[in-house]
Amino acid sequence: MNIAVCIKQVPATESKIKPAADGLDIDRTGLSYVVNPYDEFGVEEALKIKEQLDTGTVTVITIGPEKAVEALRTCLAVGADEAIHIKDDALTGGDALCTARVLAAALKKGNYDLIFFGRQAIDDDSGAVGIHVAELLGLPHVAGINKFELNADGLKAVAHRQIEGAAEVVEARLPAIFTCQKELNEPRYASLPGIMKAKQKPMTVWSLADLDLSAEDVGASAAKVKLEKITSPPVREAGKTIDGDTAHAVSELVRLLHEEAKVL
Amino acid sequence: MTKILVVSERHEAKVKRVTLEALGAAHALSSKEGGQVAALLIGNEVASQADTLSAGGAQKVYLADDPKLALYSSEAYATLVADVAKKMDATLILLGATAMGKDLGPKVAAKLEGAFAGDCTGLALNDEGAFVATRPIYGGKAIATVKCQQAQFQVVTLRPNVFPVHPPAPSAKAEIEKVTTTTDFSLLKAIVKEVLTVVASKVELTEAQIIVSGGRGLKAPENFKLIEELADALGAAVGASRAAVDAGWKPHSYQVGLTGKTVSPLLYIACGISGAIQHQAGMSSSKYIVAINNDPNAPIFKIANYGIVADLFDVVPLLIEEVKKLKAA
Repeated sequence: MNIAVCIKQVPATESKIKPAADGLDIDRTGLSYVVNPYDEFGVEEALKIKEQLDTGTVTVITIGPEKAVEALRTCLAVGADEAIHIKDDALTGGDALCTARVLAAALKKGNYDLIFFGRQAIDDDSGAVGIHVAELLGLPHVAGINKFELNADGLKAVAHRQIEGAAEVVEARLPAIFTCQKELNEPRYASLPGIMKAKQKPMTVWSLADLDLSAEDVGASAAKVKLEKITSPPVREAGKTIDGDTAHAVSELVRLLHEEAKVL
Repeated sequence: MTKILVVSERHEAKVKRVTLEALGAAHALSSKEGGQVAALLIGNEVASQADTLSAGGAQKVYLADDPKLALYSSEAYATLVADVAKKMDATLILLGATAMGKDLGPKVAAKLEGAFAGDCTGLALNDEGAFVATRPIYGGKAIATVKCQQAQFQVVTLRPNVFPVHPPAPSAKAEIEKVTTTTDFSLLKAIVKEVLTVVASKVELTEAQIIVSGGRGLKAPENFKLIEELADALGAAVGASRAAVDAGWKPHSYQVGLTGKTVSPLLYIACGISGAIQHQAGMSSSKYIVAINNDPNAPIFKIANYGIVADLFDVVPLLIEEVKKLKAA
């Protein structure tokens, strides 16, 4: 079984985020970067399936600047077999559909039975790319899965998808796309031998030309949604601490919620 | 003319509040220039819900009532939305940023070669009818303003509890037009086999008006009973911090914050939660925040409207009593 996992390098979860001076990006000074946490669930699931079947390859694919190679190496170090790095300056300013067109073109070059994404990248929080790619490739998808099982015949998979107060049990015919939610598995850490081995594993670099795409298809001019600016969220001011003995504080709290805030 | 299509979503046999919020937003956007607001109602035996949509501001209801549409199907639902959007030449397609909307929105946008903006907290249309939207990014640590380049087939999902509903007009009667699915269900490559109810809490977290959340300060999983009791008294949903979820006290579906859910209730009561930046990102857009924590230096107090520095095991039982008293009054 050939499995692809599309990943993204993002600022670490605990990063402090500030808009850059020009308001068109965040201030990236001093940020540390990780593999998008939801993508790690995809990598782990792919590795588990390969181990279970004892055959197949796991390919990790990313779009990003030079630095994004670190995220690919991390995935190779935990056990992925090969990596594809798509980088091209012409990609700057594209939107989610542009990204999806690039990934769709890259995925078409491989013969993948299973494609995993994270349910969203924790930087732009869009959650659209995996689903866009499924539509562009005419493949079925299941978004936000927290349980995955391959049928014995290897032709279908059953996944659980978290919805409000329930789980949808979805059966999908392969090839198919799955976007991964927390709880799917526990991603493994890289071992030292794994890190050493990663350096020998194949790393393919593709430009847009390698995918028969041009800036007009996937660059800023093709973007239908453009970023105008990034700002900080409104600052919340600390309110009042209600002092006094607990019983008094609690009744005062209820009074304030009822009379002042009018939410009770 | 601005033509807006709102994709209705139901919970059991009732139209979800987030759909009414989307209708409210649609109404506000279209009223300036005499635009059109339509709703698309999809499901099995859902015709009676058209009245709620009329009262909520839909001038027209497209009704796709079919036993085959009883369960959600990304492909079948998206095809239907795209068909109706083309039929009415929709400027804008609005959905709630729910599990369904987050799945359907990007699918529809790709089908129509349209534009997509997800989980928006602000939405306006410029003179050409293209949207300018604000959406939280980096888990709410920053806000992006995005602008659409075209005035057709713009797909936007709206964060629940942000947009005001349209004042109900019970006598309003929308024109109803039946539409049929063109999907051949025997060819579907993904099928919902069943829906397992896992009921996290009685009220869904992301759509709740009031949320009571517990964190590490609860010390043990069984103490969540206290949080649940307070939530019951308030008619609220129950949430949990990442620490409580990572400890295995509650499943991930309860988690508020980065790598969990983002919520915007009227009132958020944090009990025994220190308020790490990851947690704040998921709840700081709540209208009112109450913090109960015995550590006066807990960061949660910096963003709380009201705080009580005391042991939650003393505070919460008293609070349950006071709330019950108020509700009984």
